[in-house]
Amino acid sequence: MDPKATIAQGKQTKSPLVMTHVVCGYPSFEANLKELEIMNDFGVDFVELQFPFSEPSADGPLFVKANQVSLEQGTTVADCFDFMRQVTARFDFKVLMMGYYNTVFKMGHARFVQQLKDAGGYGYILPDLPIEEAGELHALSKAEGLTPIMLMTPTNSDERLAQLAAVAAGFVYVVARKGVTGSKTQMSNEVALFLSRCRKFTDLPLGVGFGVSAKEDIDFIREHGDIAIIGTAALKAWEAGGEESLRDFFDQLGIQSFG
Amino acid sequence: MNLFDFEAGREGYYGQYGGAFVPEIITSTIKELRDCFQECLQDPGFWTEFEQLMHEYSGRPTPVTYLANLSKKLGGAQIYVKREDLNHTGSHKINNVMGQGLLAKRLGKPRVIAETGAGQHGFATATMAAKFGFECKIYMGEVDVLRQRPNVFWMENLGAEVVAVKDGQRTLKDAINECMRDWVANMDTTHYVLGTACGPHPFPEIVSYFQSIIGKEANKQIQAQAGRLPDRVYACVGGGSNAMGIFQGFLDDEEVELIGCEAGGTGTGIGHHAARLAYPDASVGVAQGYKTLFLQDADGNMLETESVAAGLDYIGVSPILAYLAEQGRVRFAAATNDEVTEALRLVMATEGLIPALESTHAYARAIAEAPAMAKDEIILINQSGRGDKDIFTVADALDDDHWKSFIRAKAIEYGS
Repeated sequence: MDPKATIAQGKQTKSPLVMTHVVCGYPSFEANLKELEIMNDFGVDFVELQFPFSEPSADGPLFVKANQVSLEQGTTVADCFDFMRQVTARFDFKVLMMGYYNTVFKMGHARFVQQLKDAGGYGYILPDLPIEEAGELHALSKAEGLTPIMLMTPTNSDERLAQLAAVAAGFVYVVARKGVTGSKTQMSNEVALFLSRCRKFTDLPLGVGFGVSAKEDIDFIREHGDIAIIGTAALKAWEAGGEESLRDFFDQLGIQSFG
Repeated sequence: MNLFDFEAGREGYYGQYGGAFVPEIITSTIKELRDCFQECLQDPGFWTEFEQLMHEYSGRPTPVTYLANLSKKLGGAQIYVKREDLNHTGSHKINNVMGQGLLAKRLGKPRVIAETGAGQHGFATATMAAKFGFECKIYMGEVDVLRQRPNVFWMENLGAEVVAVKDGQRTLKDAINECMRDWVANMDTTHYVLGTACGPHPFPEIVSYFQSIIGKEANKQIQAQAGRLPDRVYACVGGGSNAMGIFQGFLDDEEVELIGCEAGGTGTGIGHHAARLAYPDASVGVAQGYKTLFLQDADGNMLETESVAAGLDYIGVSPILAYLAEQGRVRFAAATNDEVTEALRLVMATEGLIPALESTHAYARAIAEAPAMAKDEIILINQSGRGDKDIFTVADALDDDHWKSFIRAKAIEYGS
């Protein structure tokens, strides 16, 4: 189905949509599957599978540790694609590869696109690949029906937002604040103003991420955006008490379960 | 050869290497820095202001010293040394740091951050911050904090906060990641004083520009003292800032052979060294904001590196040097930890000089090659830093009993 239609359909049943995140192989692939079962029960719409990288310079401490431990446990790119294949076969949510550009560069663009397609992926998020360097990869992706997700950030000029909008597809990942993943964001008037600034440049759904961790954040995104992007907070909940605290976490977010 | 005359659409590229692979949040800050640096390049007074500052504050120009005893002992080429160790703070790092301090002032940023490996760049940055009145935070891998304690002591006493980075391999690359994390949160107030000719464009160009003061001076000095250009110029290469500095003075003199000396660590084989160009283990990749040759595995994850010299213990190499190696303009060779220790003993004993362990890699290669050269040939070594910072590491390597009993006595004194 056309992603825009999926998103439109999703919005009729519940709002906002939700994207969650797991770091492949951390704490283990078995644990990842349990996390995903819970996320699926709560009706998440998108899941980012982060392929671990040794230099995760856009991530905060918890994801840094997750990347490092996963690699120490021997997780490979091939393992991540195998896992993605299992996940897309089993669940209805859309699956994105999230990672750093070197993973893609080392595979080669064409091979990456092919493997992502074969694994049933919807698209990818590469925070260290700027649009100036993304032309070839984007062209290959579009030919294969894969969606590169663009990030819009509060430091971007209007001119830059227009450039990002011009190549964006699927939805836009709006970074709510400066910094790396994992710290709390005050969902303020400032964020609302930034979202309306993004809205001027694109009709695509706006996902809001970085520091989304509480019910107030979800309510804020319901009002000002389209997709709540939940990363570190879910892993924190898992670390605190496994399946039970992850369920509690989604419960307290007030995400309706349509399982 | 103008390395920085980029083709349209290839800004920041040196052949296939370089570029700016940065998160979207920092693109406007990178642009601001690029624009500010371009303004400085166009300002005819800027270089003079920089040179004057280095003259008054750091004692430039640093001299070139003829090593008569070492040359005679080796029986081959005549050896000269560019004395970057005589800079304030004891290394060439101060050149780039003072230059970037001037940039930070123009940018109106009151806070600076820096990564450091050996601690020389952090030490220089802390000094600059004290002089210019900037707030200063230094990120340093935990492993390096332990092996370069004297520099940590000085940084802290100069008013900088030193953060020991506990992620990853806990060395230079991890300190760079941590700087990026700080910068993407605090770019409004903060300039990132990157210390080597690596990272996203425009850093390799900025660092090379300020370090070019070494080569500019050295070219004139060696001609005045030796009567002609050198046959070979040796510089150690971690990220590549001191090598870029001295090499730029001779790039257009095709008869001068340029030799980059990397960390051979404990020898060949993956994980035992940090030689990206001299050994065949590195491949092209993109990390820490730029494309170059990295010591990485088939999945693109970075490998462990090993060197007795913290400042050379790094996974990547300047994209400019990767390009110059590909062009055949710079030859790369490695020196092992053992060769470096031997070279240090020899240089201390024959010349009374104490080069940093990093710089001693350049000496080690020159010492290996000089005997086979003719007596009228000329070698120029860049002594990028002084070795007294390495007292703990060197004392270990030399297994110095007097030092060990001194440390034991000190420990008892502090413990009581």
